[in-house]
This record gives sequence, structure tokens and C-alpha cells, in this order.
Amino acid sequence: MTTKVLAIDDSRTIRNLLRVSLEGAGFEFHSACDGQEGVDIFPDVDPDVVITDINMPKMDGFGVIDTLRSGPNRTNVPILVLTTESSDDLKSRARNAGATGWIVKPFDDGSLVSVLRRLTGHVS
Amino acid sequence: MSVNSIRDTFFEECEELLEALVEGLAQMEDTSDDMEVVNAVFRSVHSIKGGAGAFALDRLVSFAHSFETVMDKVRDRALAVDEKLMGLFHRAGDHLADLVAAARDETELDDEIETGLVNELESYLDGDTAVEDFCFDAVTLDFDGPQIDLGGEDPVSSARVFHIRFAPSRALYENGHEPLLIFDALAEFGSLSVEADLSLLPEFDSFDPADAVLSWQLSLTTSEPETTLHEVFEFVEGLCALEIEMDQTAGPQAIELPEPSALPDEAVSPTPQDTALPQISTDVPVGVTSAETLTGKKPDPGQGKSTTAPATKELRGPKPTLRVDLDRVDRLINTVGELIINQAMISQRIEELDLPTVAHLTNELEAYKLLARDIQEGVMAIRAQPVKPLFQRMSRIVREASDATGKKAKMVTVGDSTEVDKTVIERLADPLTHMVRNAVDHGLELPAERTEAGKDQTGTIRLSAAHRSGSVFIEISDDGAGLNRERILAKAMEKGLVPPDVEFSDPEIDNLLFLPGFSTAGQVSALSGRGVGMDVVKNAVHALGGRVSITSTPGKGTTFAIVLPLTLAVMDGFVISVADQTMVIPISSILETIRPNPRDIHVVGTDSEVVSVRGSYVPIVDVADSLGLGQCDDKNSNGILLLVSTEMQGLTALRVTAIHDQRQVVIKSLESNYAAIPGVSAATILGDGKIALILDPEELIRLAHAPGHDPFAQHSRMELRHG
Repeated sequence: MTTKVLAIDDSRTIRNLLRVSLEGAGFEFHSACDGQEGVDIFPDVDPDVVITDINMPKMDGFGVIDTLRSGPNRTNVPILVLTTESSDDLKSRARNAGATGWIVKPFDDGSLVSVLRRLTGHVS
Repeated sequence: MSVNSIRDTFFEECEELLEALVEGLAQMEDTSDDMEVVNAVFRSVHSIKGGAGAFALDRLVSFAHSFETVMDKVRDRALAVDEKLMGLFHRAGDHLADLVAAARDETELDDEIETGLVNELESYLDGDTAVEDFCFDAVTLDFDGPQIDLGGEDPVSSARVFHIRFAPSRALYENGHEPLLIFDALAEFGSLSVEADLSLLPEFDSFDPADAVLSWQLSLTTSEPETTLHEVFEFVEGLCALEIEMDQTAGPQAIELPEPSALPDEAVSPTPQDTALPQISTDVPVGVTSAETLTGKKPDPGQGKSTTAPATKELRGPKPTLRVDLDRVDRLINTVGELIINQAMISQRIEELDLPTVAHLTNELEAYKLLARDIQEGVMAIRAQPVKPLFQRMSRIVREASDATGKKAKMVTVGDSTEVDKTVIERLADPLTHMVRNAVDHGLELPAERTEAGKDQTGTIRLSAAHRSGSVFIEISDDGAGLNRERILAKAMEKGLVPPDVEFSDPEIDNLLFLPGFSTAGQVSALSGRGVGMDVVKNAVHALGGRVSITSTPGKGTTFAIVLPLTLAVMDGFVISVADQTMVIPISSILETIRPNPRDIHVVGTDSEVVSVRGSYVPIVDVADSLGLGQCDDKNSNGILLLVSTEMQGLTALRVTAIHDQRQVVIKSLESNYAAIPGVSAATILGDGKIALILDPEELIRLAHAPGHDPFAQHSRMELRHG
């Protein structure tokens, strides 16, 4: 079965880049353009891994992690934070909210793909 | 999707983000306290930075970062926004737009402005410069695994043994972590042995698969410093019991780092992929952080609720959109134009057949006509865009113009969601820029003068757009001193543009501004006087099938109004005949049609005629005469009068021989197929395949006032036939 990725990012450019990298690598790619849409479509998409931005309208990345980890539809799927930020403070906030990993933009698609393969390969 | 098209999308997105930025900054002017607005501004800059990073546009990233860092401080309420900072934000926004444009066009920008701006921005950061915080090279990133700190030592000789006890909590698994991945990451640093502690494993009947019962004892021989190991555990901090101890007895020993494949059997066999984990780790202090800190965390009830409201799901988020090559749309528009012509031809042919029972056919033909119109409107809607981006660009012009002139100005916009054809918007940019610049430069007074006049020191430039009866109305107004009519008239006479000793009404004087060769300012200022006069503005608007007019009230300000057709491709027109020729006149310009009673027509002077319309006299212009086609053939019939309202001379009646039909016509440029003819704006193809000229009422009236002018003289009589 193909591995499903849900990418939540308000930047169309980043969504496109992710789509190209991940679809090219054989992932099934879904995306949402803000946190709220991300958590809304999460149950339908039922992804194997979530990649989320932090700074987004409507609901930010922390909200996404919070909702996915502690809401009524809580999930154990890995959640990777993909952001330009790299401060320890934000990292620890994300970690405390329940993020699984932290990737700094810009990302190298080869590495991203192999990280995702490993994360999801082991999980499933 | 290729990298290039992603790049294109990035720049498109940048345009939108820059728009949002300008809008946000404008809102901040009013309510710098609204954190939603500040957030939106921050996000715009931030997203540009994020995307630019993906394309290695370092300069853009770097500047956006400086900008964003200051904005972040405002967001954190660590910095209050005053007028000076607001001005800096505006300039930084402008520069960001320039950088985006330069990156897109692959041109270089002057460093000087940027250095100045960055310095200014950083002066708000209490010394901790933004650039130092943000190191691009290091950021690529985190995938390459933690940096190996060799510390100048030979790695082989400094290998040490670490004993690690790792006991995950249930929360670790719930956060999507996987111990195997952590072991993988560790195994890459050296030789790893792993031993599972199964002592807590319950009896099978009391087994809860979600429980965390396994723990591990690891032993790693590596030359990595201890901090690197902590980094591996960064993201499980608080989710496990963790102890890392260096084996003091072993000490640094000279061992060869084994190949990953040579790991002991107990070790997790590393996958062939050679990347480390996404930093699932860092500076975790040795020891345990209680898992309660995580599990005890209360979810935001509001957020929890909103996720379970599928009813509103479809309503959220932007509407799905489709990006289409403009050429395809234009081809479609052309085809629709042909369809409309084709429809007209079929109608005509059927009429000519003179069939006895055509009633049902006529109905279906009518339906065809409606469908064709629906298609046409649908296609036009694709090309329609809100004027907002255009208006927003003007705020920069206002800012730059006020900086250059020492005048204080702010811009307000009204109706910026009004949609106008894309080409119209593009071609309106230059005239609008010029008019806005003029409004600040010539329209507004200096702050001191304004104070003296009892006005707010800051002048207002107002841009408005609206749809009215099939046209787009755009107004540019200022609340300045109004036009100095004495000076305008004096200037026009001095330049010989108007005959001396002629009485002019105020509107007539105002319109002198549009005369070629007229320059208002006593001295041409560096700003407005860029060799572009209002006549150029007028021509540009005219070329779009529009009109520009001017109204001014002394002491109160000046307003320029532009009226434009909704589309450049199709219009509704009356099919009329003039001197045996079939022509079309735009319906939008006609207020009323009159079949005059001969006793209402009066001759004034030698050959000027006026018609009395409900008690007021309206001058008559003979269209055939204006076009140089001779007088209306049958003087006695008086023809039909079309009442039009013009900027030049108010209400005027155009005399034509007859009105035949009202229909939608496809506009075909005459200039690109033949040559420009005064009084004629374009041509169209009628149902019988003949070409008909589309008349320009304003120009016709102007021609009528320029005696001796024969527009057809140079072109000989035209016999245009289609096909």
C-alpha cells in the first residue's frame, strides 16, 4: 500500500515542492493550506505521516499538533514540523505538544524522502 | 510539474503575499494593536522567506529575515509601532517587492538601499542582529545529521563508550516515535549494542498493546561527543526515562570505527540509507522529565470541538482554483467572438429565407443567442480581476511622491474588489500611476499650507472603483487646493493652445489640462514632469475605449474620473445607418433616442442646429457630416437623434439616419487591420458578413467642432467587405 503524507502549509510554493518531491518518490500526497483545513481533512485522508508548518493562518502548527495529539480524534502518526524557524524554544514547544521531528526549510528532498520512508516504513 | 513551473508559482504566490503585505501594513496604520493584522503581515514576509529559501534566493531570504525579525518583535509586543517604524515597514515592504522582482527577472539590485534598510531594521533589535541568528548554510539542514565536532582530535583515537538506558513512556509511542529509529540514528555514530529489558512484560492475558513495557540498555562506542547523543533524543525528551553515562573505565581507546554492517546482531541493523534522523534529538539533560508534563497537558477545548464539526467543512478554506495559461483564455475569447458573429449570420440567413412557419425556429435561435451570450460572459469573467493589486501598487506611489515633495499624504481605496478585464488593469497601471503622482505633486498642498487652510496636515488621495451600467468607473481624487484655473488658462493662452479673448466655462478650462503640450506646474518637477502629460493619460484611457474627465472645487480638491468598458472584446451596440453606411454605436454611451418633431429643431447661426428636449436646448451633431460623408441625405426626415453625454460639452444629440437593431458585436481593432480613423474606435463584422465601423461619440463631437477636418480624406472612401 502506498504511504500517505498529509502536508499542511500555507505556502503554495512549499506545497508544490513537497508534492513534486514526495509524489516523485511514490508517496500518496495530500495537502492542506492552513492548520484548520489540515485537522479537518485528517480523518478522511488518514495519513501515515503528517508534515506541518508552524506559522499559518486560522490554526498554527502547534494547534495542529495539539489537536491531532489530544483531540477526540487523537492519533499516533508521526508529525514532522517543517519550518524556517530553528529556535530551541519553538522546538521544545513543538516537542511538548507532541511533534515527532523537526525539519528546517529549505529542505533537501532526497533526505526528506528517505526520512519519511524510514519513519513510515517502521511504523507500518 | 517542473522545477521551473514551481518557481513560477512561487513568484505568483509572492505577488499575492506582497499584496497581503501591503494591505496588512495599511491596516496597521489604523490599528497597529491588532495582532491578527500584525500576524498576517508577519506571515506574508515569512512565507516569502520560506519559498525563497527553497530556490536559494539568499539575498531575498536574508532581507526578509531582517524584516520578519523586527515584525516578530512587534508581534511579541516587545516593540511599539510609531510613525517612524511604520514608514520603515512600508519602505521595507517596497524593497521586498523589488527584491522579488529582481529575483524573478534575475537582475541585480542596488545594495545601498538594502544596506540602509537592514541597518535601520536592525537598530530595532537591540544589537542582536538578525543575520547572526540566521545562518543559511547551517540550515539546509538538520537532515545531514548533527555536525560532527572533531575538536581537532583524531576521531579514531578519541572513541569512547557510552552506556544508555532508555525507557520510553506510553506518550512516546503516542507521539509517533519509534525506538528503532533512534537506535538507527545512534548506530550511525559508531558501534552499537542493544539489549532489551523485558522484565516488565506482563502475562499474555493482561497484555495491553498500547502500554510501554519495553526498555533498553544500549552501549555505543563512538568518537562523537555526548551532546550529539543527546541530540538524537531531543524529540523524545520528557517522553522517556533516559540516562547517558560515559564509561570512565573504558576511556578513549583506539578502535576502528566498524562499518555499520559489522554491528553486533542485537543491534538494530541500520538501513542502507545513510541519512540520520530528522533531528529527533538534542540537548536533553541526562535524567528523566516526567511524562506527566505531557500527558497532563490540557487540550484546548475550542480546538478540539472545531475539529469535530464536519458540517462546516466544505465552507472552510479558499475555493478551489485552476491556473490556466492566459493564451488559452484569449483563444477561447476569440472563438467566442467568432461564435457570436456566426450566430448573427445564422439569424440573418434565416430571416432572409422568409420561411412561412419559423416561430419555433426563432425561439431556438433566441435561445442560441442567449447561450452564446452566457458563454461570452463566462469567458469574460475568467479574465476579470479585482483592481485591488493595482490600487495597492498606488499606495507605494503615494508614499514615494510624498517623500519626494515633502507633502504628507495617505491613500484610501474604495471598491477595490471591483473586477475589471486583466488587460484593462495592466494598461491602466501607467496612467493611474501618473495621475496619482500628479495628485500628490500638484493636487495636495504642503503641510503648512494645509494647516493654514484649516485642513488636516496629511492630505488624502482617494482611489475608488465601481461598476455602473456596464462600465467601470475609477476615480482618483485628492483633497488639495483644487485646480488653479487662472493659471491654467493663462498657460494655455501663452502656449497658443487656445485663442485669446474667448470665454471658457470652468469645466472647459479644466479640460485644457488634457491638451497635448500642456504642462501645469510653473516648473516641471522631477516627479510629475517625466515627459508625460495628461494628454498621454487621456490617450491611454481612450485606447481602452474609456474616457477620462475632471472636476475640481477650489479649496476642496480635484477628481479625475475614468470610465471604462467592462471588456475589450465584445460590446452592446445599436446598428445604425449613416449616409447609406451601416455602423455601430456603443449603447453604453447613449442616454436616449429621440425621433424629433421638426418644430423642436432650431437653427442657430448659419448651420448649427439645436433640439429642444424637455425645455432645454441640446446641440445637434450630424454624424455623416462629422465623418466627412456629407450631410444627412434627407434633411427633412431629421433622422433619429441619439442623446449622448460627453465630457467635452455635456449633452449632445447625434443625428443618424436610422436605427436598425440592437445587438452584441465583437470588437475588431481597426488600427491593427487598417489604420486609425478619427471618430471611429473599432470595427465589427455583422451578420451579413459586412464590416461595420464602431463609432466613438466623443470623438465625433470633437470632430464636429474642428471644421474643415475630413477624417476620410487621407484614406479615400472605404469599401470594406468581409471575406
